[in-house]
Amino acid sequence: MRKKYNVVTSISYPKEGAMGKTGSWRVFKPIFSKDKCVKCLRCWIFCPEGAVKKNKDSSVSIDMDYCKGCGICANVCNVKAIILEREEQQ
Amino acid sequence: MCKRMQCKSNNLGKGGTTMKNIIINTGNYIAAKAAVMAKPDVVAAYPITPQTTLVEGIANYVASGEYKGEYICVESEHSAMSACIGASATGVRTFTATSSHGLLLMHEMLHWAALARLPVIMCNINRVVGPGWNIWADENDSISQRDTGWIQFYCSSNQEIFDTVIQAFKLGEHKDVALPVMINYNAFILSHTSMPAEIPSQKEIDDYLGKYQPLWRIDPENPVTFGNIIMPADYEKVRRAMQDAHENAKKLIPEIAQDWKKKFGRFNGDLIEKYRCEDAETILLAMGAIAAESKVSIDNLRKDGYKIGLARIRTFRPFPAEDIVKLAKKTELIVIDRNISCGYEGALFTEVKSALYNKSDAKVSGFIAGLGGKDVTYNHIEDMCKKAIKGKLKETVWYGFEEVKK
Amino acid sequence: MAIKDLPDTECVLAGNAACPGCPATMGLRIVFKALGKNTVMVVPACCTAVIESVYPNTSFDIPVMNIAFEAAAAGASGVEAGLRMQGKKDTTVFAWAGDGGTYDIGIQALSGAIERQTNFIYICYNNQIYSNTGIQRSGATPLGAWTTTTVGGKTEVRKEMGDIIRAHHLPYAAQACISYPEDLYNKVKKAKSIKGPKYIEILAPCPPGWRFPMEKTVDMGVLAIETGAWALYEFENEKMTFNGKSKLILEKKIEPKPVEEWIKYQGRFKHLFKPTRDEKTLKAIQDNTDIIWERYRACYLNKNNE
Repeated sequence: MRKKYNVVTSISYPKEGAMGKTGSWRVFKPIFSKDKCVKCLRCWIFCPEGAVKKNKDSSVSIDMDYCKGCGICANVCNVKAIILEREEQQ
Repeated sequence: MCKRMQCKSNNLGKGGTTMKNIIINTGNYIAAKAAVMAKPDVVAAYPITPQTTLVEGIANYVASGEYKGEYICVESEHSAMSACIGASATGVRTFTATSSHGLLLMHEMLHWAALARLPVIMCNINRVVGPGWNIWADENDSISQRDTGWIQFYCSSNQEIFDTVIQAFKLGEHKDVALPVMINYNAFILSHTSMPAEIPSQKEIDDYLGKYQPLWRIDPENPVTFGNIIMPADYEKVRRAMQDAHENAKKLIPEIAQDWKKKFGRFNGDLIEKYRCEDAETILLAMGAIAAESKVSIDNLRKDGYKIGLARIRTFRPFPAEDIVKLAKKTELIVIDRNISCGYEGALFTEVKSALYNKSDAKVSGFIAGLGGKDVTYNHIEDMCKKAIKGKLKETVWYGFEEVKK
Repeated sequence: MAIKDLPDTECVLAGNAACPGCPATMGLRIVFKALGKNTVMVVPACCTAVIESVYPNTSFDIPVMNIAFEAAAAGASGVEAGLRMQGKKDTTVFAWAGDGGTYDIGIQALSGAIERQTNFIYICYNNQIYSNTGIQRSGATPLGAWTTTTVGGKTEVRKEMGDIIRAHHLPYAAQACISYPEDLYNKVKKAKSIKGPKYIEILAPCPPGWRFPMEKTVDMGVLAIETGAWALYEFENEKMTFNGKSKLILEKKIEPKPVEEWIKYQGRFKHLFKPTRDEKTLKAIQDNTDIIWERYRACYLNKNNE
């Protein structure tokens, strides 16, 4: 039951993307190769943003709207299924 | 009609009784009784002289089983207010008490409670602020908290303490207010002095207060974040809403006072308690114990032919500016402050004058008296009034010091 | 408990204000998986209070009570009492505070709440600085570290909060690290199952604060354990159990790497290496680490421990 309170004080309501599309912060972006993935889910558990989503089959997909490009997923992947590439200049 | 009164020293009769219940006890124990009867779910407090007997009073009620809520013996006053805020945020009634340095230590969290619109109810025993250490009556402690957004009452009798504590819950919890309320009374003169107080039955209090309906709450079934980053324009709206709540309180306090009079037969004054002001040419404004003493002075001065009345400022925040303008219609005013804002004047003196600005050209005289717990008797007050009547004073006088050259 | 078995619960919503590579959100995601949705979080001033993002939105899908800097444990005491008085005994109350709000300004409230046997979990995410205000030194900052207020390197050793907490004889205390998610998950789950005050401190390597590349957050945590700069342990009913590599180090079954292997990757220690090696401070840092382990061994080795 999500309800809004009728009082003017600093009460905030949950929202994904509260700071906007933080994917715009990226300098480097992760590139995921599903064929190399061994479904260890280290990238999923270590992503600080929760931008690496776990699929039903335990593979992963990366939400590029919010991925901040920290590179931890690539760093913790033991089979190099994720590598980093520089974002194209806009 | 003859009213039968039954005096009991401690315990109250359980259940309703058609006989009035009068207890004779100190301000602190009576405040503790009121607090416990309001049934706060959480009390979090830290001892400081001269509030100690209040928290000890509550501890006694815990031991006797009369208080069934959670009593947290926190490790500092800052934590006391923080715990009350945490509890109140979950949607329960809360109460605490402190004095002087304890109040000052809570200062940050007083702002927090008010900005959070949480009706934490607190008794503050007005005590001198050190250094040096001094436990007697002085109002600098609570006056220096006037900007925190709390509603502030100043009581002048133990009966009024009881009534005001209960009314404070009603006022603070009102949906148009939702603000914390501070009930102030002077160290030792009230906190440790026994006076009779008539106590309604528990059922009458339960019916009067009803169940607390919070405006917001921390609740796993409706997750919200309270108190994250807020940008300037949004913050200003929070402040404006608090100001509006104070304006609402200004209207509600007289209503609550009249309602209390109807239900319980007692009137302690609403924003201001007026005594013999009807045909007064001079009105004395004071708070707390000094104001209580002043009634005797007023009677004596009247006997000497002075047309003088007393306006006891019971509510300091919200400040009863409009009522003060009404008082000044055909009178001059004398203000006694038991506080000093060093670098300027006593707070009540300044605020009375600012209320009158552009609305009245009444003469206002100011006295500082009773700082550091110095005794202020009705003789002193009579003397002050005689010195100030007919606009003789040209500036604030610190009563008891050498006369300032006029 | 393997990583793939950790629950899917996500209470930290993506698109929040955390720095890329932030250990706080990394740790918090795991904490929420262990605690579930019937949880209330009390947060003092710290990075997380900012990570929540800006009114009227929040990035946390769980009830959060922000409170003043020194008041986390006191606020949590009140929240716990308020919920319990309403019959919500099953709601977990936890305070989530940085090392500033735990070791320094918040230590009084924390000590009081534990001594009162408050039924809550206090989790300190320790990045060894006052991170939110811009990397100033805290009582948790290690010897030799640069911060904006210890520009030449901190000249004092860090406090051992764990020791102070254990002296309260609380039912459960643990040290964890964001680099070991299963271990952290298990500890939070264990804490949730115990009544009374529980304390968990999570080492949280901070990229801007420690000056290392943001993709190395997990590596910095692993090195901290492997060098003994941080220990993984559990303290339950007066018994100490060390975990993983920390256990092997305690029992001298492996040699810890020299602490230098941890600090050399962090810019906050670079003044100890360039322009010349500061052997005196490097030795002092190693000595301080060794002393901590010698004391662990003296107190806890071969004393009916697993």
